Amino acid sequence: MAIYLDHAATSPLRPPVLEAMLPYLTEHAGNPSSLHGSGRRARQGVDEAREAIAQVIGAQPREIVFTGGGTEADNLAVKGVGWAATGRGRHVITTAVEHKAILNSVAILQRSGFEVTVLPVDRYGRVDPVDVAAALTERTTLVSVMAANNEVGTRQPIAAIGEIVRGHAARFHVDAVQGAAHEPIDVNAWQADLVSLSAHKLGGPQGVGALFVRRGTQLLPQLQGGSQERQRRAGTENVAGIVGFGAAFRLVHADPNARSAEANRLKSLCVRLRDGLLAFEGVTLTGHPEDRLPNNLSVVIEGVEGGDLVAALDLEGVETSTGSACTSGSTEPSHVLLAMGIDSHLAHGSLRLTLGPETSEADMDAMLAALQLVLPRLRAVRGLQPKAAVPA
Amino acid sequence: MSRVVAAMSGGVDSSVAAALLAQQRGEDEVIGVWMRTHADLPEGYELSRSCCSPDAADDARRVAQLIDIPFFTLNVEREFGERVIDTFVDAYLDGATPNPCQACNQYIKFDELLHRGLAAYGADAVATGHYARLEHRDGRWRLLRAADADKDQTYFLWVLDQDQLSRTRFPLGDLTKPEVRKIASELRLPTADKPESQEICFVPLGDYRALLEERRGYAGDPGPIIDVDGTRVGTHTGYAHYTVGQRHGLGVALGEAVYVREVLPSTNTLVIGRRDEIAQRTFTVHDARFTAGEPPRERFDASVRIRHRAPDVAAEITMVGRDRFLVETAEPVWAPAPGQAAVLYDGAECLGGGRIARSDA
Repeated sequence: MAIYLDHAATSPLRPPVLEAMLPYLTEHAGNPSSLHGSGRRARQGVDEAREAIAQVIGAQPREIVFTGGGTEADNLAVKGVGWAATGRGRHVITTAVEHKAILNSVAILQRSGFEVTVLPVDRYGRVDPVDVAAALTERTTLVSVMAANNEVGTRQPIAAIGEIVRGHAARFHVDAVQGAAHEPIDVNAWQADLVSLSAHKLGGPQGVGALFVRRGTQLLPQLQGGSQERQRRAGTENVAGIVGFGAAFRLVHADPNARSAEANRLKSLCVRLRDGLLAFEGVTLTGHPEDRLPNNLSVVIEGVEGGDLVAALDLEGVETSTGSACTSGSTEPSHVLLAMGIDSHLAHGSLRLTLGPETSEADMDAMLAALQLVLPRLRAVRGLQPKAAVPA
Repeated sequence: MSRVVAAMSGGVDSSVAAALLAQQRGEDEVIGVWMRTHADLPEGYELSRSCCSPDAADDARRVAQLIDIPFFTLNVEREFGERVIDTFVDAYLDGATPNPCQACNQYIKFDELLHRGLAAYGADAVATGHYARLEHRDGRWRLLRAADADKDQTYFLWVLDQDQLSRTRFPLGDLTKPEVRKIASELRLPTADKPESQEICFVPLGDYRALLEERRGYAGDPGPIIDVDGTRVGTHTGYAHYTVGQRHGLGVALGEAVYVREVLPSTNTLVIGRRDEIAQRTFTVHDARFTAGEPPRERFDASVRIRHRAPDVAAEITMVGRDRFLVETAEPVWAPAPGQAAVLYDGAECLGGGRIARSDA
């Protein structure tokens, strides 16, 4: 059995979540829009999940819009608010370390004539609220900042930014896809108008997400069709997925003491891992040393290609990631690391380890032993000169 | 237990090579690797016939799933750009004919995969879908022609040395192409009926002129076309747009077919000749390499092949220093093209080879 250290990509479905979902794939298999009994039963599952999630984040159930995942929630927030608010202005503010779902949505708006401000971050990946204040204008309609970074785990000063945006007409969107598994989410403390969430980052199923949309926030739907989700997201609901989303949220957030005990356990595992990794030559921690997700440990390693390292560790039975799974198909170094001022050459050697409920101390030691095994041979080859050139 | 890396291009040959290895693996572990040689094209572009397109990656991944081996992508974009594409372009600028498939084998499949790939995957050997055979006899590895003479690819493999040959496997060496296709369809591999890749993978429409301009800023200056007597008979668009043996695109009407005989970069001149004027019996080869590490003798007999699928010709080889040799063929060979490989054989064994030198170099 492989050691799985990639919970930021997907945190595997928890058994009680699967159990909650199963009836909605079998006996309760109706369409929630149908009027008959099967339809009503399916609708009940969606309603209960909506209530559960709303309760955890301090929202009203009607303020939750279910989507096909975190990326769709981000798209709906950025483009939905961007296009709905053109009467007031066409200026959007975000940061250089956002997920591609945000950055590429913003880029589409920019191509349609919107003005876009992409704020810089410090070497830990943090945005300065002062920069947000300076960028806000009368024409600004949306500020989008992530709660915590998916690659390096750095938290953003969300409440401070929320306070600043509150004084303007702009809406405040928080991408909270990462981090929802370990800390309380309070849309009111954040003063957020929109918050993106995803199920599979906290042990729910893939392909389900949600966007919190504060009452009174104008939103242009991005899918045209039926009147589901109060006309904000057309299409038949993914009932079993939504039920699983609700169950996962309940499981993680039902007991705040258990949640913070688990966060502390993960944090101390990360410390053990960090100390072990930093004992290797040429390993540098990325992201904020303290103010980061409790289950994220990310580093850059000199003299290796991240993809090669991940393959080598996989063959030793340790599953890891180089930065974000969403961009691992590309050969460009991570935009997050580059924005943090990390040298492009070094950024190629990034490794992200993200822990979950099953992770143990023994796993940390096994990971370090695997690295000890593969790192010397990966580095040795980098130092080799190519054979005497025979141009062809 | 040992680990073998199967280089998978997404074509039928490398698919079957990987499948055969996986079937025979026993204690061994087989790992499929697809090499990313260039960046994905934006949506809407098609490069489907090339071996390294994103579609090919999909095919290779599906095959790896079906034969149940781990599958990884090795990014060699930078190396491919520098050592295959730039080398390709520079060959034209040098008045030579490039040999990109051989360069890709040498630098990407063998150098990069053998060194970096084996390190990454902790493997001992690389297997490819080339049609060639290996034999260990009398204390050294010998590179032998494939059982299927039509498909033999030793012409592209002459650069391999003993160290590389000792860590290479060619699972298809004893098979014919129809047998390979049959195995692929029996295993229901999605690549079973895939057509042969034809074009050079990084020159989508065969138009390398755009690449010369893009990578080296060479737009081409018009210059003289002369015949073997030195008489000017026409004008060309830039010497690097032509290769030795080329017939089309000269714009010269002399009443019979004429071909490029020489490309002279220093004077931006093309020399053309009639068919019988471009055959030669002697030419020099540089950058010589021998699979055994050294030539059999200072002077020896061998059969020589000067282009893929061309017939072999008997020749006498005379070494000139360590890495050059002179070839004297028993009968004239048609248009030995500078830059192309001249590969030497002793019966079925590939002894090595080198690159044909420009006569004025």
